[in-house]
Amino acid sequence: MDISDKENSCLIVGGSHAGAQLAISLRQMGWQGRIKIISEEAYLPYQRPPLSKALLAGKQELENVYIRPETLYEKQNIEFALKTRVAKINRKAKTVETQTGEIISYDKLALCTGARVRKLEICGTDLAGIHYLRNFADVSRIKGELDSPKKIFIVGGGYIGLEAAASLKQLNHEVTVVEAAGRVLQRVTAPQVSNFFHAKHHQQGVSIVTNKQVAEFLGNNKVVEKVVCTDGTVFEADLVIVGIGVRPNEELAAQAGLKTNNGIWVDEFAQTDDPDIVAAGDNTNHPNKLLDTRLRLESVPNAMEQAKAAAASICGKPTEYASLPWFWSDQYTIKLQIAGLNTGYDQVVLRGDPADGNDSFVAWYLKGGKLLAADCINRPKEFMFAKQLLAKKIDVKPEQLTNENFELKQLV
Amino acid sequence: MPLIKYIDHAGNEYEADVDVGKTVMDGAMDNMIDGILAECGGCCSCATCHVYVDESYLPVTGNAEGMEKEMLTAVNEPKDNSRLSCQIFVTEEMDGMTVRIPESQY
Repeated sequence: MDISDKENSCLIVGGSHAGAQLAISLRQMGWQGRIKIISEEAYLPYQRPPLSKALLAGKQELENVYIRPETLYEKQNIEFALKTRVAKINRKAKTVETQTGEIISYDKLALCTGARVRKLEICGTDLAGIHYLRNFADVSRIKGELDSPKKIFIVGGGYIGLEAAASLKQLNHEVTVVEAAGRVLQRVTAPQVSNFFHAKHHQQGVSIVTNKQVAEFLGNNKVVEKVVCTDGTVFEADLVIVGIGVRPNEELAAQAGLKTNNGIWVDEFAQTDDPDIVAAGDNTNHPNKLLDTRLRLESVPNAMEQAKAAAASICGKPTEYASLPWFWSDQYTIKLQIAGLNTGYDQVVLRGDPADGNDSFVAWYLKGGKLLAADCINRPKEFMFAKQLLAKKIDVKPEQLTNENFELKQLV
Repeated sequence: MPLIKYIDHAGNEYEADVDVGKTVMDGAMDNMIDGILAECGGCCSCATCHVYVDESYLPVTGNAEGMEKEMLTAVNEPKDNSRLSCQIFVTEEMDGMTVRIPESQY
């Protein structure tokens, strides 16, 4: 395809991190055709990580977190159709149909539809005061109900739940987090890290209850008032935030006959099995040569990097995407930076002491003696070296990782 | 509005007018200047917005401290004038400042 042909049209579904980056990357790579981003949301693409952090805590406003300013999109002739949902893709005709029946044609289509929250399917979830946290609209609604100190009940002790707890505690609300598993962050970290965060929240006055499952919400005048757990425990609540994970928005692709399986199936070039359709972001299931596996990631760096690869594919300059996954979380004064994926680890070793009061240590995850991942708590230097060790697959000994006097720099 | 100049690894120069209070990283993002990746959106978590600040402006920008300094010890080719551009908040005194973007970010 001649990318300098102004008659070409690239349609991007989803005003997400991936969608915004893909549009910008197309222009940077010389795509001169039309670019249109269709988004269900009412706003230009914005950074999602601050939703549970600075935005919820009231330290930043939406205009501080737009991914790019409106003026840049105007200058680059990137069009938007906001508050618009794509209902259907017609691959034969190379068109999409919106929920209002509008037909829009494309030469290249990019699915950057992200993920949506997993809903709690129990009684009482239709009561007012029960919220999820994925979009700016969610944060707006939550903040609108927080005019005075409230009893806030958070379902789910994952990153979103804990970040929300930290943000709201700092606003002097009474916060309780309930986690169905035996410890917070159970799915993603080692017990040492879970215990550290549990203690930290406890110290800040957040109540964390584990091994407890919510059975139903009870209300008065259609507003939530009580949370009933399966063991009969009852909590009072003025406001509930549910953070129990997300699901990929893959249905649009599936209905169009594209392969999906825990995400839209793409190759290392972000290409689906239709040569004119790419996909990028939380919604994709993609191979990663570095990790030698297929995976779906919920991560901003992944969305951005994969979007660049998708833009390159559209422009006929395929570039393989195989980056090391990494993540971060900010809670109180703690910066957690995670390098790699710890799936399948059989050994955890620590650098620093989680209990010495310094809030500074690293949990290294190994499998068969090979380094898989690192959770770095207020350890930015170690995080940076961990990324390099993992990306370059450098052999390390556990005693090197745990010895504070051993300079990791020597290894990279 | 202060003017910030960005020089890429190949020596190409780009200019951006950046509002006071925004960061040098914002200036690059808002004007589509390549090489400043800003994967974490500017919260000092990724070190993909590393720049070398024109030495004569260091008294104005200050040197890296704390978390930022730690991150910079582990980037490719750290120098005394290394900064993470998400941590440089633009002031009037920075008008005309040049920052160089390292090759590793391309």
